[in-house]
Amino acid sequence: MTNHWIDIKNADSILIMGSNAAEHHPISFKWVLEAKDKGATVMHVDPKFSRTSARSDFHVPLRSGTDIAFLGGMIKYILENDAYFKEYVVEYTNASLIVGKDFGFSDGLFTGYDAKTRSYDKSKWGFEMDENGVPKRDKTLKNPRCVFQLMKKHYSRYGIDAVSSTTGVSAENLLKVYKTYAATGKPDKAGTVMYALGWTQHTVGVQNIRSAGIIQLLLGNIGVAGGGINALRGEPNVQGSTDHALLYHIIPGYMAMPHNGWQTYDDYNKANTPVSRDPMSANWWQNKPKYFTSLLKAWYGDSATQENGFCYELLPKVEKGEDYSYMYLFDRMYRNKIRGGIIIGLNPMNSIPNTNKVRKALDNLDWLVASELHHSETTDNWHRPGVDPKKVKTEVFLLPSAHRLEKEGSVTNSGRWLLWHYQVVPPAFEAKPFGDMFVGFMQRLKALYAKEGGTLPEAVLKLDYPDKYDSDELCARINGRFTRDTKVGDKLYKKGQLVPSFAALQADGSTSSLNWLYTGSFTEEDGNKAKRRDTAQTDMQKAIGLYPNWAWCWPVNRRVLYNRASVDLNGKPYNPAKAVIEWKDGKWVGDVPDGGWPPLATGKGKLPFIMTVHGTGQLYGPGRMDGPFSEHYEPVETPVNSNMFSKQLSSPVYKFMSSDMDKLAKPADPNYPIVLTTYNVTEHWCGGGETRNIPNLLEAEPQLYVEMSPELAQEKGIKNGDGVIVESIRGRVEAIAMVTIRMRPLKVHGRIIHEIGMPFCFGWTTPGTGDSTNRLTSWVGDPNTTIPEFKACCVNIRKADKLTELAT
Amino acid sequence: MKIDRRSFMKLAGSGAACLTLGQLGVSLTPVRAYAGDLKISGAKEVVTVCPFCSVSCHIIGYVKEGKLVSTEGDPDYPINEGSLCAKGAAMLTMTTSHHRLQKPLYRAPYSDKWEEKSWDWMLDRIARRIKDTRDKDLILKNAKGDTVNRLESMFLLGTSHAGNEECAIAHQAMRGLGVVHMDHQARI
Ligand code: SF4
Repeated sequence: MTNHWIDIKNADSILIMGSNAAEHHPISFKWVLEAKDKGATVMHVDPKFSRTSARSDFHVPLRSGTDIAFLGGMIKYILENDAYFKEYVVEYTNASLIVGKDFGFSDGLFTGYDAKTRSYDKSKWGFEMDENGVPKRDKTLKNPRCVFQLMKKHYSRYGIDAVSSTTGVSAENLLKVYKTYAATGKPDKAGTVMYALGWTQHTVGVQNIRSAGIIQLLLGNIGVAGGGINALRGEPNVQGSTDHALLYHIIPGYMAMPHNGWQTYDDYNKANTPVSRDPMSANWWQNKPKYFTSLLKAWYGDSATQENGFCYELLPKVEKGEDYSYMYLFDRMYRNKIRGGIIIGLNPMNSIPNTNKVRKALDNLDWLVASELHHSETTDNWHRPGVDPKKVKTEVFLLPSAHRLEKEGSVTNSGRWLLWHYQVVPPAFEAKPFGDMFVGFMQRLKALYAKEGGTLPEAVLKLDYPDKYDSDELCARINGRFTRDTKVGDKLYKKGQLVPSFAALQADGSTSSLNWLYTGSFTEEDGNKAKRRDTAQTDMQKAIGLYPNWAWCWPVNRRVLYNRASVDLNGKPYNPAKAVIEWKDGKWVGDVPDGGWPPLATGKGKLPFIMTVHGTGQLYGPGRMDGPFSEHYEPVETPVNSNMFSKQLSSPVYKFMSSDMDKLAKPADPNYPIVLTTYNVTEHWCGGGETRNIPNLLEAEPQLYVEMSPELAQEKGIKNGDGVIVESIRGRVEAIAMVTIRMRPLKVHGRIIHEIGMPFCFGWTTPGTGDSTNRLTSWVGDPNTTIPEFKACCVNIRKADKLTELAT
Repeated sequence: MKIDRRSFMKLAGSGAACLTLGQLGVSLTPVRAYAGDLKISGAKEVVTVCPFCSVSCHIIGYVKEGKLVSTEGDPDYPINEGSLCAKGAAMLTMTTSHHRLQKPLYRAPYSDKWEEKSWDWMLDRIARRIKDTRDKDLILKNAKGDTVNRLESMFLLGTSHAGNEECAIAHQAMRGLGVVHMDHQARI
């Protein structure tokens, strides 16, 4: 989230799209309702009527996978009705930048497309620079090659009729949402966008969010109270686990994973440190070498020296352009190229697409380590229904893991708040924290390498790895320490003392930090700030519920990101009643500003979007794999065979697999005419591996069901409560029919299209509840993130003669 | 007398015998207040965070004689202000669930059963498996001759259930070993 949970109450308009917040982030919804009580309009745009819709001012059903068409229509509406916040757009976004001559767009494709490699040459999308290397601007926004004009042209194609026919949303409903939300384009109004997996899980997931980003920038809704782009995030510590990068493509603190093209420490820094010649741009990432070097110092300790490039050479380098995410991992496993691995706190045999393939792939492992609270479809895959364990070679190590109540440590919520949880009781039975497992085998490995040697033993032996799992001490390592006596300002810090802020991190090896974003969270002066429980606020902070003294938030306790965009060029808040920051008597008050420079009007200021090279909000985003503007493409499995906006039916760059088990239904396949979307319920958590083991939760939601409209039920001769079979080209699933007006038939391309919805929290290890819904979903992914398209695939449904997976 | 829920719980939990509900000025049904008082009186309060969604509601665990006797939303945490959803409210049952795994379990290749083992036995053997895999498969140079030091044949999946400190050392361990296949819930 750019903002935080409580801040939702400051919104005048709330667009919930790609999320069912009331059900999946139930407590967050109290802040939505508080805004509503104060007069905010709450809108829910989602295929299914849910608890969120019930508490919204209105619900607008749309066909899954058509969000960009919907939002593209809104962008056109905002531009053509002059509903945008002009000063903000001119001063703080890249609307005025001139795009280079090579950029173009025609019939669904941007320039630079190579059909052979299914990829774009992004160098075609750059900006025009002046003789000093500063981007050329036209603040009148009249130049036909400026971002504003190109954007206007791009989205001019998203007229109400084409959008309505694509999304299945009536013209009346479209205009209702557009008008209400566009009203937040006034300086003293704010609108917030709340989204979750309903946006990310598409082959155009990133561009769904980009579309919302464009809208929020046009309306001046980023950086202000009650605004922002708010990824609700799903999992319990998914913000923290992303910051610390349990991901192949980055290392902690959002820095790129080294690849083979960057052979040395200097190569890495050169390639990864952006340069801006614009004196107005802070270009914050120019500090990257400081963060990267401090990370290497934290990883390799005294072994990391300037002379050896801080042990950079020992690090693994991925192959440039190669993808090592789930999709590719399981495909390689299926092809017998993976020997073993560790799966903890995760149930991929239930919760990732094309489950029939991944279950088979897992059989190919020699060894598997798992750490869980309960048995799951993953830990027990070797004796799943229909499989003879005597034929499965995998050696499985299943370790009982401690519950969060049974260990202490920190987690980070979606609003980037760093929160401490104390140990309430010791771990039950022989359970232990994941931390003990990592330290346990790493210490053993170090001993083995010291004794026996092996391949590249120094990569392991030189690690400065903790010898016991101690969360408080690790928080200090994450924050970072001085590795020698160092002066910061006029204060002398001794070797071993904590670094006070990331501004003090250095690229010379004098500091270490496991994650620069968290530097400042644990200081000599204040201790571990995750433990702070102080509700004190100034009146200004209280007016928006900022709570700056409760715990701590990254970066540098800044609660609202890009908050300098909430004030005018003189530092005066656009909305004084809900000011985030204000320039008063020569300093900023309120929240921690995005850099302490004085207001821009002084001539000494910097543009507010400090993490972008040019300092401006990116209406035009040339860094994405699939284009600098969003464009509607159909989901890969789609019930229609044409795209109203171009000849390009699906994304030209989506990722896919080609094994014999990766089948895809062809567009408008008469065998699979129905759109399936998947979701969860309040009572169960994701794949359900934990919550199915809690009797009261299982009792509340005991069995797999499929929601369908009365119209479809009648067409198929299905009654409420009937057992049914849902089938895609990849698999079949049993479910109980729930016939409900919550699902509406939609008029798309001039005919009726049905959509059905299913939760995915049930699995065979809880007998009689049903088994993985994801046996139906397809393994195609977004080109930027490789997040699979869970939310839209094509299926058929029929009454079952006999049920074997469900207790009846 | 104006009293917030927090102070009420403190009063009720402190066992201050002479306070009646009338004095507190809140209308809870006597039965519920009596039951609540009984369960948590004299218990130690420990603050934890709900292990489900990333709203990260705070929960107070009440511990008596080393046992968790009750859990409640933390009224001081400004985000949930004491409220919890069905999952957060099921915290007590979740911790004491009889389905919990109790001991490390080992399944030998081609076996049809689990065997109980000690943590030490498991970790020794896991370390051996990782080392053998790494020693055999670590790729020092790619086809072009670039130094790559990567281990493609082993992976880590998970988890956003881990705390920040666990994630930090998980990442360090994997990169230290050369692992490149690493992923978790953030990508789904
Ligand atoms: S109590 Fe419910 S809303 Fe709060 S963190 Fe837990 S799962 Fe999320």
